[in-house]
Amino acid sequence: MKAQEAKTGTQIGEGQKTGEGKRARSRIKSKSYAEMFEEVKSKGEGAFIPFVVAGDPNFETSIQIVKKLVEGGADALEIGFTFSDPVADGPTVQSADIRAFKAGMTTKKGFEFVKKLRKFTNIPVGLLVYYNLIYKMGIEEFYKNAAESGVNGVLAADLPPEEAGDAVVAAKKYGVDPIFLAAQTTSNDRLKQIVDMCSGFLYVVSVMGVTGARSEVKTSTVELIERMRGHTDTPLCVGFGISKPEHVAEVIKAGSDGAIVGSALIRVIEENLNDLAFMKEKIKDSCSKLKEATRR
Amino acid sequence: MITQGKFGKYGGVFVPELIIPALEELEKAFLKYKDDKKFNEELDYYLREFAGRPTGLYYASNLSEKLGCKIYLKREDMLHTGAHKINNTLGQGLLAKYMGKTRLIAETGAGQHGIATAVVGAMLKIPVEVYMGSEDVERQKLNVFRMELSGASVTPVETGSCTLKDAINEAFRDWITNVETTHYLIGSTMGPHPYPTMVKHFQSVIGRETRKQILEKEDKLPDAVIACVGGGSNSMGIFSGFIDDKDVELIGVEGGGDGVGTKRTGATLCGGTEGVLHGSLSFVLQDDDGQINEASSISAGLDYPGVGPEHAYLHVTGRAKYVAVTDKEALEGFEVLSKYEGIIPALESSHAVAYAIKYAKKEENKGKTIVINLSGRGDKDMFIVAKEMGEEV
Ligand SMILES: Cc1ncc(COP(=O)(O)O)c(C=O)c1O
Repeated sequence: MKAQEAKTGTQIGEGQKTGEGKRARSRIKSKSYAEMFEEVKSKGEGAFIPFVVAGDPNFETSIQIVKKLVEGGADALEIGFTFSDPVADGPTVQSADIRAFKAGMTTKKGFEFVKKLRKFTNIPVGLLVYYNLIYKMGIEEFYKNAAESGVNGVLAADLPPEEAGDAVVAAKKYGVDPIFLAAQTTSNDRLKQIVDMCSGFLYVVSVMGVTGARSEVKTSTVELIERMRGHTDTPLCVGFGISKPEHVAEVIKAGSDGAIVGSALIRVIEENLNDLAFMKEKIKDSCSKLKEATRR
Repeated sequence: MITQGKFGKYGGVFVPELIIPALEELEKAFLKYKDDKKFNEELDYYLREFAGRPTGLYYASNLSEKLGCKIYLKREDMLHTGAHKINNTLGQGLLAKYMGKTRLIAETGAGQHGIATAVVGAMLKIPVEVYMGSEDVERQKLNVFRMELSGASVTPVETGSCTLKDAINEAFRDWITNVETTHYLIGSTMGPHPYPTMVKHFQSVIGRETRKQILEKEDKLPDAVIACVGGGSNSMGIFSGFIDDKDVELIGVEGGGDGVGTKRTGATLCGGTEGVLHGSLSFVLQDDDGQINEASSISAGLDYPGVGPEHAYLHVTGRAKYVAVTDKEALEGFEVLSKYEGIIPALESSHAVAYAIKYAKKEENKGKTIVINLSGRGDKDMFIVAKEMGEEV
């Protein structure tokens, strides 16, 4: 399992190393999840993974936002593709989906988005999508495109292990990590099934609910992490409802390998649509504060 | 899950992991109680005493004479709250009670399912919260009032297109958050497993009664059974009584809106493609990217961009045939039945009536015996129809 994970890094252009991008685009490997978690761990930190929707509020600004997240110290990125019916998401993410959709985002443009951000970063990139986007494009085609554009992992929010057979086969074929959700309500039996299919990292949902900023993180996170740890060596990242540096510190202290923050960052976008310069600085600032909190 | 909930390749459980344990619990309870003597006695009691079953199979003599066919109407319009929806809300409401759930949530478009859930909640003393798109709340004020009179709280949904599909999204989000105490009472044969199977089970009473009644009256099975298809529950309910009788033609009628192939349509099987929406693989109205389109139909109950997965299966296997009638044709059906039979059908059911008239007019169908599932009554649609007819009421 581990050996396999290490191989799933994707190829990117080396252009950013020279700053000019003029050098021949020899392809180098982006970091795999395994490599990234290893690295972060060796520094005694947890991974900080911000989530934004590709193309929110439009393609170009969104690329610049991602750049700021990278500058702010993101260890990996979760990139959402717009979907009309995001049942696992709260109003903040859904609004971002709508902004991106209105700005003309599609799944194809989403892959172009990833290609573009691969020009300036080699940190792992995970997609967060709904299954109809995969199904409609064609399962093979989707994972092929994902791999070619430089995606490391794909989490389909509405694809539980019972339905994920074909997707996992295609993901593995193209060297993409299939990432799954696990929650407090997930029984040990199901957890076994999930970790068998999951690689890259396991997305742990510590609250009962949809995505969205919350004022406190559930106290049972420690037990949850311990239980999941008992089933897998795959890194664990906690997401949904984490909005503040304190929450990040809390879940990392609870033993999580990483923390994922989406809605709180998307709110910064939403609240500053009229002042892009300020928005980008604020995004970077929030990101570095959240990253700072992963340093135990 | 104990069973897969697949109809061919359609159906399944395409939902976030957080909901799966609730679906497992629900499936387990459903499998346990569906054959439980006490549960069924209680359900039969409520269906009879509270909802008004059995409903009649009425011979529509004037229409039959006019069309040269034998036309029967299964009178689901006579049920408490005015539509077949109550069969399912009683079944699931009771199941929720047996499961010890203390709260019911439901989605509603026009309000029919919301009302049927509200009254069952009142009767069983379980609080009800109904999610309804803010557009629909505006369009169906009267039904909002009816729900509230029965003690339900109605929550307008302001996300996405602010209609039924968004109300369903919101109900799912609520359920994800309150899974332990709450039962999500889905109103049609759609959604993740076990809903399509369970809702069909609770609606199959329509098919059982109809089969018995037509045999009593005609001493033979009908040539065709015609029902409207929104999510697919009244149609699946009546089809289930005849599905093994290969000579009985099963016809599902979708809300065509302006017509299949136009932008304003609700005809998912006739005009849609395979996709995953609200927990199952079926047919959906979508763009090339897989974004779900808004549906459109004069009848709110057929105004949904998805359809139950078992219908997708019956469609591709050819066991049932699916057609669409336009808003305009449905209005004609509405007027004809009102005028010739003194029965005012719901706009949804008017689609079935309209197609039955078309069907009966075909030369090859002369003299055939046709059953129309009259899924609901038209009281709720008076304002819409009056407006279409240019009348002030
Ligand atoms: C009277 C009536 N008929 C039909 C429908 C369509 O639903 P289904 O296809 O589940 O029967 C509705 C839905 O609201 C309805 O109210």
